Amino acid sequence: MNAPNTAGWRPEMGEGHIAHDETFTGNRALMLEERLIFEIGDTSTTGVDIDPAPAAASRLGGLARAEAIGLPGLSEPETVRHYTRLSRQNYGIDLGFFPLGSCTMKHNPRLNEAVARMKGFKDVHPLQPRETVQGALAVIDELAYWLVTLTGMDSVAMSPKAGAHGELCGILAIKAALEARGEDRKVILVPESAHGTNPATAAFAGFSVENIPATEAGRVDLAALKARLGPDVAGVMITNPNTCGLFEPDLKAISDAVHAAGGYVYCDGANFNAIVGKVRPGDLGVDAMHINLHKTFSTPHGGGGPGSGPVVLSAALSPFAPLPYVKREADGSLRLVEEETAAEDQPDSFGRMVAFHGQMGMFTRALAYILSHGADGLQQVAEDAVLNANYVLRSLEGVLDAPFGHSGPCMHEALFTDDGFAEGFSTLDVAKGLIDEGFHPMTVYFPLVVHGAMLVEPTETESKAALDQFIGALRSVALRAKRGDPALKTAPHFAPRRRLDETLAARKPVLAWKGDRGE
Amino acid sequence: MRYLPLTPDDRGEMLAVIGAGTIDDLFVDVPAEARLSGPVPGLPLRQTEMAVERHFSNLARKNKAASDHPFFLGAGAYKHHVPASVDHLIQRGEFLTAYTPYQAEASQGTLQVLFEFQTQVARLFGCDVANASMYDGSTACWEAIGMAGRVTRRKKAVLSGGLHPHYVSVAKTMARFTGDTLDTATPELGGTDMDRLLGAIDAETSCVVVQYPDVLGRIEDLSPLAAACQAAGALLIAVVTEPVALGAIKSPGEMGADIVVGEGQSLGVGLQFGGPYVGLFATRDKYVRQMPGRLCGETVDATGKRGYVLTLSTREQHIRREKATSNICTNSGLCALAFSIHMTLLGGRGLRDLAALNHARAVQVADRLTAIPGVTLVNDSFFNEFTVMLPKPARAVVHELAAKGVLGGVSLGRLYPGDAALENGLVVAVTEVVSDGDIAALEAALKEVLA
Repeated sequence: MNAPNTAGWRPEMGEGHIAHDETFTGNRALMLEERLIFEIGDTSTTGVDIDPAPAAASRLGGLARAEAIGLPGLSEPETVRHYTRLSRQNYGIDLGFFPLGSCTMKHNPRLNEAVARMKGFKDVHPLQPRETVQGALAVIDELAYWLVTLTGMDSVAMSPKAGAHGELCGILAIKAALEARGEDRKVILVPESAHGTNPATAAFAGFSVENIPATEAGRVDLAALKARLGPDVAGVMITNPNTCGLFEPDLKAISDAVHAAGGYVYCDGANFNAIVGKVRPGDLGVDAMHINLHKTFSTPHGGGGPGSGPVVLSAALSPFAPLPYVKREADGSLRLVEEETAAEDQPDSFGRMVAFHGQMGMFTRALAYILSHGADGLQQVAEDAVLNANYVLRSLEGVLDAPFGHSGPCMHEALFTDDGFAEGFSTLDVAKGLIDEGFHPMTVYFPLVVHGAMLVEPTETESKAALDQFIGALRSVALRAKRGDPALKTAPHFAPRRRLDETLAARKPVLAWKGDRGE
Repeated sequence: MRYLPLTPDDRGEMLAVIGAGTIDDLFVDVPAEARLSGPVPGLPLRQTEMAVERHFSNLARKNKAASDHPFFLGAGAYKHHVPASVDHLIQRGEFLTAYTPYQAEASQGTLQVLFEFQTQVARLFGCDVANASMYDGSTACWEAIGMAGRVTRRKKAVLSGGLHPHYVSVAKTMARFTGDTLDTATPELGGTDMDRLLGAIDAETSCVVVQYPDVLGRIEDLSPLAAACQAAGALLIAVVTEPVALGAIKSPGEMGADIVVGEGQSLGVGLQFGGPYVGLFATRDKYVRQMPGRLCGETVDATGKRGYVLTLSTREQHIRREKATSNICTNSGLCALAFSIHMTLLGGRGLRDLAALNHARAVQVADRLTAIPGVTLVNDSFFNEFTVMLPKPARAVVHELAAKGVLGGVSLGRLYPGDAALENGLVVAVTEVVSDGDIAALEAALKEVLA
């Protein structure tokens, strides 16, 4: 390892050795191999022209760097080519259907990118005096109004950086509220089907986590939950719609029971896309819910982030919301409530979760998306997302096992299992087969409550033609898994790489280039 | 609606396939009393692209953009020139609209970038290994404190007074709930609190956290602290909020830091009113299994070709759930890409040249400002940021400078409200974007305001 790839012709093969399916370069026409910057770059090269430094005596306190940094540079054309080539080894929504369940991979409108790049937003420092950032504060304030109104909640904490950070915000608000009541409740209840971030967040905040079972219909077992409630239970974390793609019809009853037992209800809002404009979580007794702006409100996922996870709060939890937040003054101007005036404005705040004020670049994008749709368009979003998912679910009936297909419609995502696959064939094989068909695979092996889960979330920005093509492809691949087509075991065949060895990567971790550091 | 491809005919056909009469039949699980019959009341309806763009243009105009004014703010976020190719490349749809690279064969582009990013961060910080990014510097800092607790099985962290006050606040918020003990202080003006830190290390100490350069811009050798930590079985955590500095000064890893975290916003990302930014996190090989966040590793495919995958996932929440090293899932991937592209353009040589220019510019400005009567320099040493004491509270001065069109710095009154000893302090950052004209404008405006 740590050597250039061995594809293609090599000198030791001799001139006559290029077979019909090999090339001198290892490239395949428009698909170009690209080595690491550490292999193609040079530590004496730079792609940036920098003015010479004026003469000035160093004041670095005797700590001037002597050792080489070992970072190669590339000229601008080489840089553009390097990243352009790498980009072509990626799948993105712009390229095709990306039905990753629970991740809401919808179209990212380019208006939102343009808005976020307006100089007045992208080129503003977080600590500028408030009179110079009134427009930026207005964006936060306006988005906050939408989020509170769409969810029917009391307030919103805007600073959390992503969904899991939002979960942390909600859980800390619950903990602070319990402290204010003088209670030390230690347990958070989490359904088995929850995202891994839920139990991880509760543990991160010092709670112990207990699982609640699901019913055969894929919902939280209300009786089991009620039986577990008691003076040690701080609250529950419920995903709604849940990770099986089903609405929790008992959520209001769950909330009432939890409140009666002195606890709070955290709702994981990762799947808000299914219900935005159709139902307000505040009407179901929720105390805190994060909203992934990078899911429901279409800020780009960017290959893993950034996200943004504002948390809407009930009246019971609002006094404990974190700093800072935007407040409108009597004269209509906006200011940030920070530590300085917290004692007066928000005396019970649990404090600051992050430097500065949150993901401004995501706020502008999400607000542009929201204003484009309006209240009517957002309702259509939820309806089309749910329609698309049900269309996929019903169109694959008889081909793939749908564990909850009998219990009625799904919400925004359709869940299937590996039931009926030939011996030795798995969900993973289907996923890799779909890559060859030109699709990003669905979410696999999650949720954990069914065997070999395949979770398909089409979102509302897919056309019927795109869905039909995917349904055809998934049917074809699933039938290959059922009849045990050996070629499927070695898929993908046409991706930039064949199946990658994850076991080797974990057994002998190579996490950085260890080549020459010279300078 | 322009983003919704389904036509009314499509919807009708699809409902027929499903066997549903109306769309609301698909929402039967939502209790009828909670279901909304029309759009959420009290909110406007859909708008054209042009109308939305106009709304934002109007709001954007109400902000003073850094590039339109003489600009000297830092304190954890820095304005640098970002080459145009960076923003072009991160907007390629294959990067912008991709998800976390769980399906490696469809994500080699993102994965190779992460492998390169991890290597760049590790080398810059002088560490063995770095992760694929955190949300930002402040959350990376708390994660480092948490990791030190796991490694040492101790619960007391000693924080330098030179650590950014927001970072301290984040740690305080978390420690209140996790039961960790924090030993904190505000900045000393007469010198750093190195003696306090050395004196506070004991058998209960999990880590010492020190910012480098510190929040006032001072630079100090961390080697004695590293030795003291090592002797006591504690970890040294160094926090770098201005990575460009490491083109000019020794890396924390070189001086013995065990964990180095940072804010990577300076390279590629921009100011963005505070986010999204990119948290950097690096450490020694031996602690890799205690690290938070995603890691990309090298491997081979079925034909032996080199490729990349996310690895060591058994540390992470989606596998380990409540036993994970962190709850982080989404990180700051696209900002890490921007950081990495900018770093690739610079290379080690460009970074050194850029750092030299920043430092020389800062020295010039420090000399000019301290020539104004009543203005004194706090720092013995600095990179591109320093603190001056003014003859009156700096907070009001900042507003008066802004009224003259000069964004002159960050007042310590804003960072440490109510601290009388610090209220006259002004933190001034000087990067390559500052022109001679900007310096003259700051000097003239400050003279007028102080006159």
